[in-house]
Order: sequence, then structure tokens, then C-alpha cells
Amino acid sequence: MIRMVLKRLLGAIPNILGVIIVTFLLTRALPGDPAAYFAGPAATKEAIEQVRASLGLNKPLAHQFLLYVRDLAKGDLGNSLSTGQPVATEIRQRLPASIELTLCGLLLAVAVAVPLGVLAATRPGSWVDHLCRLLATAGVSLPTFFTGLLLAYVFYFLLGIAPSPLGRIDVSFSPPPTVTGLFLVDSLIARDGELFRAAAKQLVLPATTLGLFVMAPLMRMTRASMLGVLSSEFIRTARASGLPRSKVLYAYAFRNALLPVVTTLGMVFSFLLGSNVLVEKVFAWPGIGSYVIEALVSSDYAPVQGFVLTMALLYVALNLAIDVMYGFIDPRVGIE
Amino acid sequence: MNLLEVRDLSLEFKTRSGTVHALQDINMEIGKGETVGIVGESGSGKSVLSFAILRILDAAARIRSGSIQFAGMDMLGASERSLEEVRGREISMIFQNPRTALNPIRRIGRQIEDVLATHTSTLREDMKKKAIEALARVRIPDPERRYDAYPFELSGGQCQRVMIALALACNPQLLIADEPTTGLDVTTQAAILSLISELAKERKMATILITHDLALASEYCDRIVVMHAGHVVETAPVAEIFRRPRHPYTARLIASTPAPEQSIATLASIPGSLPDLRRDDLPSCRFHARCERAQEDCISKPLPNAAVRCLHPL
Amino acid sequence: MNATLRHVKYVATENLVTLGAFILFSGFVLLALFGPWIAPYDPLASDTLAALKPPSAAHWFGTDSLGRDILSRIVVAARLDFGIAVSAVAASFAAGSALGAIAGFFGGWADRIIGRIADTIMAFPLFVLAMGIVAALGNTVANIVIATAIINLPFYIRVARAEVNVRRNAGYVEAARLAGNSDLRVLALHVFPNTLPPMMVQISLNMGWAILNAAGLSFIGLGVRAPQAEWGIMVAEGATYIISGEWWVALFPGAVLMLAVFTFNLLGDGLRDIMDPRMRT
Repeated sequence: MIRMVLKRLLGAIPNILGVIIVTFLLTRALPGDPAAYFAGPAATKEAIEQVRASLGLNKPLAHQFLLYVRDLAKGDLGNSLSTGQPVATEIRQRLPASIELTLCGLLLAVAVAVPLGVLAATRPGSWVDHLCRLLATAGVSLPTFFTGLLLAYVFYFLLGIAPSPLGRIDVSFSPPPTVTGLFLVDSLIARDGELFRAAAKQLVLPATTLGLFVMAPLMRMTRASMLGVLSSEFIRTARASGLPRSKVLYAYAFRNALLPVVTTLGMVFSFLLGSNVLVEKVFAWPGIGSYVIEALVSSDYAPVQGFVLTMALLYVALNLAIDVMYGFIDPRVGIE
Repeated sequence: MNLLEVRDLSLEFKTRSGTVHALQDINMEIGKGETVGIVGESGSGKSVLSFAILRILDAAARIRSGSIQFAGMDMLGASERSLEEVRGREISMIFQNPRTALNPIRRIGRQIEDVLATHTSTLREDMKKKAIEALARVRIPDPERRYDAYPFELSGGQCQRVMIALALACNPQLLIADEPTTGLDVTTQAAILSLISELAKERKMATILITHDLALASEYCDRIVVMHAGHVVETAPVAEIFRRPRHPYTARLIASTPAPEQSIATLASIPGSLPDLRRDDLPSCRFHARCERAQEDCISKPLPNAAVRCLHPL
Repeated sequence: MNATLRHVKYVATENLVTLGAFILFSGFVLLALFGPWIAPYDPLASDTLAALKPPSAAHWFGTDSLGRDILSRIVVAARLDFGIAVSAVAASFAAGSALGAIAGFFGGWADRIIGRIADTIMAFPLFVLAMGIVAALGNTVANIVIATAIINLPFYIRVARAEVNVRRNAGYVEAARLAGNSDLRVLALHVFPNTLPPMMVQISLNMGWAILNAAGLSFIGLGVRAPQAEWGIMVAEGATYIISGEWWVALFPGAVLMLAVFTFNLLGDGLRDIMDPRMRT
């Protein structure tokens, strides 16, 4: 078991290396003068030279790479031009907001897509099945930013049900004392039910927007996987043994069907982390997505690099977690 | 009274390319403790018949007519609930490809316990003990350790023993074995079949052995039912069927069973292939096209309802 | 050929949805080709007096904050969005399938290196990587195409590699080799053309994704810049007005964008049905 986890960890190392190399290349092998990028559009010639010296941009590429890795190991991602703050600090402050949003989006998507997929598979040809297939095709066609706007328009402007789509919590509340940075968790820890509800209300629309896009592949995979499993031989044995329908469906069929769905989670996270940026812009969510958008507007380059690196490393970590989880669920893993 | 009685059973499948007339006017019975072999080529309907008995057919199947009575119970009219009580407890089934027929990600001990939990009132503390006992009864070596094993950790023969353990866990009155040894090597085949034979004799359990291998059936069965293209063509006790086959198809089958001294060159085969069961204009006798004794009336005259369903038997 | 046409006809008529997708697709292609001539107004002409007017007989889709006709802008944007998608997918397909075919055919070192490249790209959340590339290379449409092409490479590499691998030892390949063709020739002229049908499905699905990607990048300000008309940027421009009730500025571009992507996805599904009905989801 430990061996399996270690193997997975080792397998992630090339990816981490690849990510670091690519982000390095993206910032150093630029067309034009990297120093000018980092100094910013308003920099004077001296300022650019200063930046060039301090970032070691005049040294050979290999040397620069070592400096880059050394800085990363120290947790130094450079400084933001517009705020003057270290990028690493700002990212750390804003990351929990993005994580909370992404997790809620994922949970929502799974909670809707998986049951629907199972339902569609157990009633093939029914209207549920056709509806699911249509939703699956339509779902991947939805531009995330557009759905967000639409939902905000319908539920806030037209129906007045949703709160104003501006931020994590209504201005009349103050955020809970920080333990994890996730408002939902922190407000529960502080036993503040009202605060929890306020934070949850703000989360509904953005999380739904985020989750909607990934519901499609999840539902499609669950349905296909379930259909495949239901027609397999061991299900026939289970039926022939007189096992009750509920046991056949859940303990036997569903558990086996989940395996490919878990594998799909990797792709799901790729979409989630990418669409995060779009949703944060639409709903003015103070996470690292809006951080990088502000930076892009002001041509502030270090935050952009920090953002790409952070998201990529987060993604590698998530994929690793999925791999390990799969290894725990499927006992056949490890026999090579 | 017979344990299982199948009377005039006709069954079809609705498919995209037409309706497949899979079974027609099937008559079969089996008494308590008897071992009956159902023999035929692939596509003859032997498996379909067994699935029909247990009512685990595909959704596309339609039973046109006939009845299936098991120990006085009407299987065709029974509710799903009552059927679930019969399956695994009164009638059990084991399948081909034992490794794929077991849940690949569930320990075999748990799978046996699932059956025990469904049909018996075994207490939770006794479950593990009973499961290990079931494994021991089918002669799995080191059953305490094997209790925690997954199917992929066992050999094909061992998986089949596990299936038998699953099937016999609740002492059924009838065991249906659908090609249980196809795909296993010859030594394992013999071991599995003698295991089934012994256990059946021990518990006075009736057995239906479905196989395409006539020689195999003759070794382990009391009676043989020969099927061809969805029909039962001949039913007879083992000794008689070999000494005096009455249906042309049976004779052909016996002739094409290789004897140890035979060379490949002298192997006889049955010409032609199974008729397309989707056709609506199938002849009365579906062996007509392949039979050298065929005559005009074989196409239209209805077949006799006897042990030999042939208008011109041997 | 006849059998193929018959099969195409069978799928098209049996599945009305696929037929609908074909029709929509043709509609979009026409729009992309003849857009500038069909548009009723000049997409760049602003008329501040007519700003933010709801849909009317004069302006079917209303006007935006600068008084520009939204319908005209949408029609013209079709050309830009399609242009970006087609170029990106074409580049991605060309490079990716070449790399994948080499990896699948020759194996060994080529396979390992190319696999590494694909894995490294896939180690990033794809949209994030696209953002990084466009930010690094500069805020132009050409760079959106490059970024989109790069992030789509792994799909083509994988499909091409798998398809070539399957066919590598086929009879006709052996025959071609024996006839004296060099390995490269065999790959290019004999193996590769047979891998095209399954890749058609991939291409159609990718087109939809490429449009979404380009629109997403423009939405956050990367790539297309005002006053150019592009669906994503139009939605961004309309975003601020939607919460105050001027829904048409963002809704129409967004809806058309959605329809275009939907069309490509349906088309991809339909093509999949034509190629291999067993793969129907």
C-alpha cells in the first residue's frame, strides 16, 4: 500500500519538473525584453536596468534557472508592481477563496451529475435518459462566463432571489476569524450560523456556474460506466443469487462504475481550475483568479507567473491525490 | 412429481434487425436429485433456456407461451420479490468464465456472505465462519486466508469453486451449471465436475449441466436433452442415447465427438450452420436444411410431442 | 463510396438532431464567409445617441454602450472566432498528429520524448496554460491561436499515436515495406490516411472547445482588443450592464457563442455515430 503511494509520488516528480521548467521558460524566453516586462509599462530605462540586475536577467539561461529554482524553494515569487507586496503573500491570502469556490463547484457537480447518470443508466431509453444525454451535450457547450452572467441576471436581477453578485459575503457582515480561510468552515468553527448562511448564499450562484460545465462530462461518464457495468457478467451472477435489487445496484454495480468516474476527475479539475478565473471575474470573487486579472490589466507580470505556477502545482497535487485514491478503491492496482 | 417442469415454452427477442425466435415449444422436466445434461451447439438456446427458468433474461426477451413450474410455483407469473427469494436459495446457477462472473473488487468471503445475508438468518458473528465453511466444502485450500482474497488473486479453477460455494451456500434444490468448465484445462474440468457431482449426490440436489460437449455430459448425467436451434430434439437416458440415437442430429453429434484414437482427418462435422432465427418462415423442423434424411413434410408438418421430435427418426 | 454515402444519409435522417447540426454548421460557415457583406450596419460605427437601446425593428439585437449595432457585430465576429478556431485546430492537428504518428510508429526514444511533451502540457490546467502563453507572448489574436493550438496538442498526439500503433503491424503496412518503401513513406502514405476518420470526430469537438477558449481569453482581456468584434469580448462588454437590466448587450453574443459551440459538439457526436455506432454515448 505504502509502496503504491510512493510510486505515485515518484511519478509526479517529472510533472512538477516540467511545470517549473515551462513557467521558467514562459517568463524568461519571452519575445522582447523580459526586464521590461517585469519593470512594467511605466518604467524608466534605469528602472529596467535595475530590474535586470536584481532578477539576474543578464546571466546565462541555465544560471537563471538555478536562481529561479532557489527562489521558488524559498517561497519567493517576486513582487507585484501595483501593490508592492510579495506575490507569494498575496497568493496565499487569496487562495482559500478560490479553493472554497472550486470545492463547492465540484461537490455540487458531483451531487447532481452522478445520481442523474445512475438514473439514466438504470432507465435506458426513458425520458430521463434522453434528457441526460441532451444536458450532457449542451453542458459542454456552455461558456462558463456567459452562464454566470445569465444566472446572475435571472436570479438576482429578475427574480431577486439571489444576493448581489459581488464578493464572498454581504457588506453588513464581517468575515469569520481565519482558521482555514474557507468561510463556510470557519463560520462553523466559530459556531456562527447566521454568518454561515450569509457565506453560503453568496456561494450559490458562482459555485453553480462553475459546476454546470463539469456536470456534463461527469454525468456522461457515470452513465456510460454504469451501463457497461450493469451488463457485465458479475451482475448477472448477483441477480442469479437473488441479491436484492438495491444491493446489486449499489454495492455491486455502482462501486464498480465509480472507478472510471474517479479517473475523469482529473479532467474535471483541469476545467474547474481554468474556469475559476472566469467565474471570479463575473462574480467579483476575491480569489487568485481576480488577482491575476487585475495584474493582467496593469501589465504586472510577476503575479501572472506566480498564478500559473501555483495553479499548475495545485493541479499536480490534485492529480496525485486522485491517483492515490484510485489505488485505494481498486484492489487490482499494483499488479503489473 | 417433478421438481421442475417446462411446458411448451416459446420465447423470442426483439432486436433492431428483427425478432429472434430463440425458443419454441420447449418441453423439459427434471426430478428431485436427477442430473440432466442439456447439450447443443452454441446458439442452440441452452443458456437462454436456463436464464428463462431463473427469469434473469435480458429486457428484450418476450415469453410468447408456455409455463415453467418449479416445486409447484409458477415461475412465469411470479412477482420479482418471490423470484428473488427463489434465486440463490432454491435454484442456483453457476456460469462460464468464473473470474468475470465474480465481482472483481469485492473479497470473495464478502461475496459469499452477501448471499448468506440475503437468504438465511445467520447472525453477523457467524457470517465469517459460515463463509469459510462454504469455501472448505468446495475444497479450496487454506480457506481462512482465501476468505480475504480477490478474484484476480485466484486461478480459474479456484474461482469456479468459489462460484460453486456461492451457489450452494443456501442448499438449493436445483443447480444449473451453464458451461462451468469451458475455458478451464482438462484436469481442472474433471475436478470441478466431480466436485459438483459429489455435492449433488450428498445433498440430493438436482443438477442441470449445460454443455456443448456430449462426451462430458455422458459422463456426469443421468439423462440428456439435445437441443438444436431453439428446439428440444431428443430426450433420453444416457445409455440409450449413445446406444441408439433416434434423432439425426443426435447421431451426427455423437459421430462428430472425437474419440481418442481418431485423427483430425477423420473428424466428422455437421454440414451447414444454424438457421437464421429471425426469419418468419422457419420450417417446422429447424434441422431440415442440414439433415440428409429430410423430406417434404419436414418443412410444414408439426413435429410430434414425444421424446424424439422428428417425423422420420432413425 | 456509395455505401458510405448511404450510411451518411441513414445517420442524417435517422437522427434529426445530427441533421439539424449539419444545417446550423453550414449556416455558421456562410456567416463566417460572407459576414461583412450581410451585416446591416458597420460593426465599428458608434452612435452615442443610440447607445444601449433595446432590440427594435431598426436594431434587431439592440445597441451597445457606444451605440454600435449588436447584430452586425455578432455577424462579423463569426468570421474572427471561426478564423481563430480553424487556424488553431488546423495547426494543432497538423503538429499533433505528426508527432503522435511518429511516436506510435517508431516507438522508442521518439515515443518517450513526445510523450513527455504531451504530459508536460497536460500537467497544467489547460486554460491557465493558455493564459500564461498569451501573457508571455503578447496580447494579439495570433498569440491566441498559438496558445490554443499548443493546449490542444496532447489530444491529437494521443489519438494519432493510438491509431497508428494499432495499424502499425497490419498486413498492408508489411506489404508496403516489402515493396521497398521507406518507413517514413509507409507512415505518411499508408498508415496515416487510415487514421483520419476517427480524428475527424476529435477535430469537430476541438473546434467547439477552441471557440470557447478564445472567447474565454478575450473575456478576461487577453488577445482580442476593443474595438474589434468578437463574441467573448462582447459578452465582457455587456457584463457590466446585465445587472442593471440591459440584458441584450451580453445575451445575444453569448447565445450565439453557445449555439456555435453546441453545433460543433452535435456535429462531433453525429460524426462519431457515422464512424462507429458502437461508440455512441
